[in-house]
Amino acid sequence: MKAPLSWLQDFVEIDLSIPELAHLITMAGMEVEAIQIIGLPMPEPGSVDAHLSGLAWDREKIVVASISEVMPHPNADRLVLCKLFDGQDEHIVLTGAPNLFEFKGIGPLSKLLKVAYAKEGAQIYDGHQEGLVLTTLKRAKIRGVDSYSMVCSEKELGISDEHEGILFLDDDAPAGTALADYMGDAVLDVKLLPSYARCASMLGLAREIAAMTGKTIKPLRRFGAQVAPGRGDFAAIEITNLKMNPRFVLGLIKEIEIRPSPGWVQRRLKLAGMRPINNIVDATNYAMLEIGEPLHAFDHDVLARRAGGKQVKIITRTALPGEKLVTLDNIERTLDETAVLVCDEAGALSLAGVMGGLESEISSQTRTILLEGAAWDFINIRRTARTHNLPSEASYRFSRGVHPSMAERGVCRGLELMQAWSGGEIAPGLVDQYPLTRRDPVIYISSADVKRWLGINLSTEEIMRLLSALDFQCKLDTLNIGIGLFTTPQVIQVTAPDYRLDIGEGVTGKADLVEEIARIHGYDQLPETRMADELPPQFGNLLLEKEERLRDLLVTQGLTEMVSYRWTTPEREGRRLSPDSPVDDKPYLRIANPLAYEKGFLRHSTLASVLDAAERNARLRNRLALFEIGPIFLASEENDLPEERHQLAILLAGPRSLGGWQPADTSTMDFYDLKGILTALLAGLRIPDVRFEPARHPTFHPGKCARLVAGDRQIGSFGELHPQVRERYDWPAAFRGPILSAELDLDALMELIPVLRQTEAVPTLPPVLEDLAVVVDEAIPAGRVADLIRQAGGKVVTEVRLFDVYRGEKVGPGKKSLAFNLTYQAMTRTFADKDVAGMRMRILRRLEQELGAVLRS
Amino acid sequence: MLKKLESIEATALETLSAVQDENMLESWRVAQLGRSSPLMQVFNGFSALSKEERPVVGQKANQVKNALESAFTARQVELHQDVLRRALNQEQLDVTLPGRVQPRGRLHPDTQILRELYRVFGEMGFQVYRSREVESDEYNFQLLNFPVGHPARDMQDTYFIATEGRGDNPLLLRTHTSPGQVRSMREFSALDPENPPPVRIIVPGMVYRYEQVDARHETQFDQLEGLAVGPGITFSNLKGTMADMARRLFGAQTRTRFRASFFPFTEPSAEFDIQCFLCAGKGCNVCGSGWLEIGGSGMVHPQVLANGGYDPERYSGFAFGFGVQRIAMLKYGINDIRNFWENDLRFLEQF
Repeated sequence: MKAPLSWLQDFVEIDLSIPELAHLITMAGMEVEAIQIIGLPMPEPGSVDAHLSGLAWDREKIVVASISEVMPHPNADRLVLCKLFDGQDEHIVLTGAPNLFEFKGIGPLSKLLKVAYAKEGAQIYDGHQEGLVLTTLKRAKIRGVDSYSMVCSEKELGISDEHEGILFLDDDAPAGTALADYMGDAVLDVKLLPSYARCASMLGLAREIAAMTGKTIKPLRRFGAQVAPGRGDFAAIEITNLKMNPRFVLGLIKEIEIRPSPGWVQRRLKLAGMRPINNIVDATNYAMLEIGEPLHAFDHDVLARRAGGKQVKIITRTALPGEKLVTLDNIERTLDETAVLVCDEAGALSLAGVMGGLESEISSQTRTILLEGAAWDFINIRRTARTHNLPSEASYRFSRGVHPSMAERGVCRGLELMQAWSGGEIAPGLVDQYPLTRRDPVIYISSADVKRWLGINLSTEEIMRLLSALDFQCKLDTLNIGIGLFTTPQVIQVTAPDYRLDIGEGVTGKADLVEEIARIHGYDQLPETRMADELPPQFGNLLLEKEERLRDLLVTQGLTEMVSYRWTTPEREGRRLSPDSPVDDKPYLRIANPLAYEKGFLRHSTLASVLDAAERNARLRNRLALFEIGPIFLASEENDLPEERHQLAILLAGPRSLGGWQPADTSTMDFYDLKGILTALLAGLRIPDVRFEPARHPTFHPGKCARLVAGDRQIGSFGELHPQVRERYDWPAAFRGPILSAELDLDALMELIPVLRQTEAVPTLPPVLEDLAVVVDEAIPAGRVADLIRQAGGKVVTEVRLFDVYRGEKVGPGKKSLAFNLTYQAMTRTFADKDVAGMRMRILRRLEQELGAVLRS
Repeated sequence: MLKKLESIEATALETLSAVQDENMLESWRVAQLGRSSPLMQVFNGFSALSKEERPVVGQKANQVKNALESAFTARQVELHQDVLRRALNQEQLDVTLPGRVQPRGRLHPDTQILRELYRVFGEMGFQVYRSREVESDEYNFQLLNFPVGHPARDMQDTYFIATEGRGDNPLLLRTHTSPGQVRSMREFSALDPENPPPVRIIVPGMVYRYEQVDARHETQFDQLEGLAVGPGITFSNLKGTMADMARRLFGAQTRTRFRASFFPFTEPSAEFDIQCFLCAGKGCNVCGSGWLEIGGSGMVHPQVLANGGYDPERYSGFAFGFGVQRIAMLKYGINDIRNFWENDLRFLEQF
């Protein structure tokens, strides 16, 4: 909401500087987002936390002046010369303002024109340039006439972007007065959060300023005649849906004359961001901006005609499905039963609280005004305004909530302004239907409540003072005063003012009051204290701890962590599967309102995210070692909350080491690099007994893929990317070696991490080390041989490490030699040669029996 | 004979001074102290000497031998030192050549910041509670006092999930971590519904807002929620906790500021700012007027406490929430929030 400082000053005396005022309002919860300076001194940069715009006017060089004659320019048709008096001297001022042309050549003017005059050396905006460009007036000759000063447009003064003509001031503007003194102002653009709806008017905002600065609110300035009290008889009202329309008030003014409103009114409306239309529409808007109640003016004669001579009857009801109404923007709108209409007996007149209808709109012929002030259900107004995309000043207020008590006040003020600006006659009394009377909340609060929420001691008197500053009616609750020795704390009975909808009752009402107490007392006056409360039960977060350990282990293995967007498309994720494998037919969770199709689905695979990132980074780096931990989203069958599973994805590609100026192993990483990382990861997590088994997976090369199995649970797969999956991504030509990746079920992995783990004693006796090479058939996996050695060797074989695989002539075709380092170690004895020989024999025998292995001699 | 010995010694010492390396030294040793050296020959010829000469010559010969031996040792040490000195002089590395860099892994900056926050809040007694990312309207809005159709919903533009038949309770991507408030309170209060235990948690996690993306606005971002509920939690405690956090994260001199605000699920509500640590509050192009907006906070609304199973007449609580990327951006001088989830290694490798 835009609030001109001068308008706020109608209601409250402000003796703060503009930065101080903006700070005060912001701290009280109404963020001042922008300040437009109209001629007043510009605040120091950095003194306000809001966007600053506008122009400071030099008090000597920019003044009010009067034009007494407009003469043609001797050499230019599109320019005129003004005879102008600036309070001291007379000047001839050259201008091209089209709104002076009607005065051209008619001799001395019967009524002086009051204008804003900029003298030589004054700094203003250049009216002829796009945007805001400062310029300083200098003496020049234009078409043979001396020019050193200007009469100014609003744009040149930084008031608006209006540059069609010069700004005319009111007739009583005193020539020679500094323009900044005459009409200097500042417009605060205040962001009002939903609970601050009461502040969406000059009066509302002024009330807050008054409360915070200890001032009292000034009474409304009177402009015209008041409506006579009593019940009006000029119309009838029928409300059919009380919840949607708790109150409806009508007033009537006759014999008005449609004309422009006074200049100062137009200026105020413009500063507040509204376009002046005519005195009647302006009066409704002025009253709305001033006290907060949106009003709607009907042409009563149109309504009377529609009523066919009978008394006008206003009916409010919800629209019929498909009902049509042409709104005053000349658009035919098709409505549904959620919209509320103001109708007469002949049909719909306006879209309640949002926009008027075209037919009953005010025209230049209008003579009688039926003025509506009403209260509407704010949630419904918000929905209607959104459905029809009709944001307006009225719907802005009604969709945040306007108290029903304002309906009557708004109509009275509107009639008064119309009477003042159009010269009409106000019909006595109002027609008022208020079936759903709102009771003002009553809350009981004590200093103990304030202590409980805020942690500070405020006396009963202090609490009453703070609340009274915001119009809350406070009195000591006599029923609660203690008897005898046991005096209970004094309880205050607080009644909320009849313009606020944001105060609840009971414990909620107490919290609402505590906020008001804190705001007016000042948030910055509250101390900073540490919690004295008992600590909660300590559960820790074991899952998170495990996850963080996992991250650390992966980073130790040289992998870089990624975090991806959760959205994707089925097509993009589909690339991770080879074309001959079954497609991912699990339904995706689809976003109903995505920013773009590409951001329309929640992912099924963390590996797909990692592959996408690898594809992009392959252009930047020839070595990639990435991982991501994150959720995937699987739609539930019952339209219920989806399953959020967590996955770990790893990707490796490129040279084993970074290389450099010295020899290094820069051969490309392969399956076993990834397996090594996974092995180290499992060891680091202390997960025992995980098996690597050959597997098939639609992402991986069928011969270079394994799965990790613990017990009977599969915890993930990994391998080299399937050549046809690889082809589906756009790798740079230089990116040649295998791409390895893994996708693990993080939830399963976390479950396998033991909470407690015992260590083994460090042996004090020396181990026996020996090498053992066996020849087996090519088809026998090395893992089986190693497992069997462990089994046959028993506990004393503490390490079995494969150090060589040999194929070739020496072992014959179809065979391979596997060479292992074995460590024999016992805690209580040292092995003699013959002990080891016995164990070796046992191992070899098992290998021979079960795998046909032969000791390689 | 004594003369001869003197001359042997003189000659030997003279030749020793000409010895330049260990090979020459060894030759010298063989020549001067070896079996066939002139000195040894003197010893060998001992038997030919008279009884009177023997002790005199013997003594002299031993003196010469000792002198030559110690001269040898001295020369040996000297030469060894020479060799070492030469070697040290020659073995000069170009220390500006690059080292052998091992590929290094890195934690995502988001993880790094979250860990710092976990530590800071952990020491204040806050435990990490995690909650789901796809939520129901009920948990994301209704239980937090955003009624269906309420204008407060305009404050959080929402991504909805396409589902049918859920009426006023559609699925959505959580717009804040605040659903964790009711979820955690319900979990805690279920432990002892008559006397629910206090709650002190932080809820980290990804949240989503339907917003056009630019350098300062992301549509997916990480938030950290805090919640403390108990019989005696006050707004002053909230201020103290946020002030402690700010000092821990941004330095002991950092000041915090609370502004009145509105959130449907807190009352009183406040925005909290910290004094800009880049310009020490003087005002700069990052902060404008010396203060950086960090997050929202307030006392848990009585209705929300009740929704969580906590009697608002007996319990009070505070809650706060802020953007984790915002903190990371300030701390690391990151000027584009889009860097976080793009996973460009040129960004990630800086951490």
